[in-house]
Amino acid sequence: MSEIKEVMFNSDRLATDEYLVNMGPQHPSTHGVLRMLVKLEGEKVLNIQPHIGYIHSGIEKMCEAISYPQIIHLTDRMDYLSAHMNNEAVALCVENALQVEVPERVKYIRTIMDELARLASHQLWWCVMGMDLGALTTFFYGLRDREMILDIFEETCGARLTVNYNLPGGVMFDIHPNFQKRVKDFVTYFRTKLPEYDQLLSGNVIFRERTEGIGHLSLADAIAYGVTGPSGRASGFSNDLRKHQPYSAYPLVKFNEIIDHRCDTLARYEVRMKEMYESLSIIEQLIDNIPEGDYAVKMKSVIKLPEGEFYQRVETARGEFGVYIVSDGKKNPYRVKFRSPGFSNLFALNKMAKGHKIADLVAIMSTLDLVIPDIDR
Amino acid sequence: MKSFIEYIVSIFKGLWTLLIGMKVTGKYFFTPWKNVTQQYPENREKLVMFERFRGEVIMLHNENNEHSCNGCGICEINCPNGSIEIISKSILTADGKKKRIIDQHIYHLGMCTLCNLCVKACPSGALAMGQNFEHAVWDRSLLTKVLNQEGSTIAENVKEE
Repeated sequence: MSEIKEVMFNSDRLATDEYLVNMGPQHPSTHGVLRMLVKLEGEKVLNIQPHIGYIHSGIEKMCEAISYPQIIHLTDRMDYLSAHMNNEAVALCVENALQVEVPERVKYIRTIMDELARLASHQLWWCVMGMDLGALTTFFYGLRDREMILDIFEETCGARLTVNYNLPGGVMFDIHPNFQKRVKDFVTYFRTKLPEYDQLLSGNVIFRERTEGIGHLSLADAIAYGVTGPSGRASGFSNDLRKHQPYSAYPLVKFNEIIDHRCDTLARYEVRMKEMYESLSIIEQLIDNIPEGDYAVKMKSVIKLPEGEFYQRVETARGEFGVYIVSDGKKNPYRVKFRSPGFSNLFALNKMAKGHKIADLVAIMSTLDLVIPDIDR
Repeated sequence: MKSFIEYIVSIFKGLWTLLIGMKVTGKYFFTPWKNVTQQYPENREKLVMFERFRGEVIMLHNENNEHSCNGCGICEINCPNGSIEIISKSILTADGKKKRIIDQHIYHLGMCTLCNLCVKACPSGALAMGQNFEHAVWDRSLLTKVLNQEGSTIAENVKEE
């Protein structure tokens, strides 16, 4: 008996070795083809090394061969949940380079579409967050409401995800006659559904136990790693470009930048939940006041940017998205670089998940809201 | 003792939060007519897509089997993926002049990203977006289509190239 006790408590014969586990590239909670080399001691995570590039599609290189209006449809395919914002970033960059002023109507339409896309993205994130933590019900409820936004997109833009709605100088179509009614219906409907989200998941004891105090990312680390968007704002990093560098119709609307100083997984969750209310209020302020006018300015059939370097950044649902265009005066860009939010956010994962259990790693990863094509490009 | 009471209280509080969640799911369980599921393959006959829905590129033909494509090739230039090829031929018109008209407007659906740039760029409004979205075929060569119909001619009021 004493021998067994000796083995159980005093000997180092049962001490666990460190070992490496491949999480992904095919794993349901990595949300795509992301592979992470996780160094474990028992269940404890010691180190995470993300291996990316499984769906690298060479979008930046492809952009060098095609013209500026054609680039926009490729940006749909990077962060497919924030397709509108990505499109807008390229369109704004080209407009700024050519010093084209777009009509007020375009600005309003773009802003409403951005916020709808942000809502749809946050809804999907909420579904998947619940599913990662074992609550399958959230997945169905979130997708049910997201369907209404996708219908709005489909009616006005012609597609659900890869919308390709923005063009340099405006938008592709005018808004559909049903657009305003549908958006208003959605806003009133979704205001009744958001409290349901909170009842279902936010207050749930299992959910709170698994998120409170998990995955701490300090403000200094968030800035050092360049963690932007809701993930950065949950660490107290005020980085909302809609406030700090307003574009389109954002200077005209009143909204709060949601900042949380708790730095943990629950804070990142709550920042996104509160952002949904802010998006709804932005849409409500704009939807009745869309000014009359053209939905696009007439651009030349071949758009040539002046020689030089141009940069434009926008706030997507995941953080700061930047487009950097180097032009040599031809109709194709000389070089295009995209600064994608997912890439920077992913590499802070090691800092957050170190020392936690492997089940917490899944929770932390889903609050980062990773979209893998956005990381790989 | 105090921590023990807290422990018991936390158990009941936890159970209460579960019940609140069950209230939401229970509401939908007992009101199944509020379900929003579409019975997709069954509702095929009644399913109407939105008018702007982009399913595939089509060429518009009128009742006399006439289209308005003059073979200028602007859609081919504007396509980002090279999914449009235009093959033109020259014919002799009635007054003995040589004229280039379109022979085949070839469209590779498999390469198309449905970005709508060709439709937007077309100066004579010959192209449009179709609403068919069931594109699954057994052989990928079937995805290469000729958009101008067999025996179709160019409509009279279309500006020549």
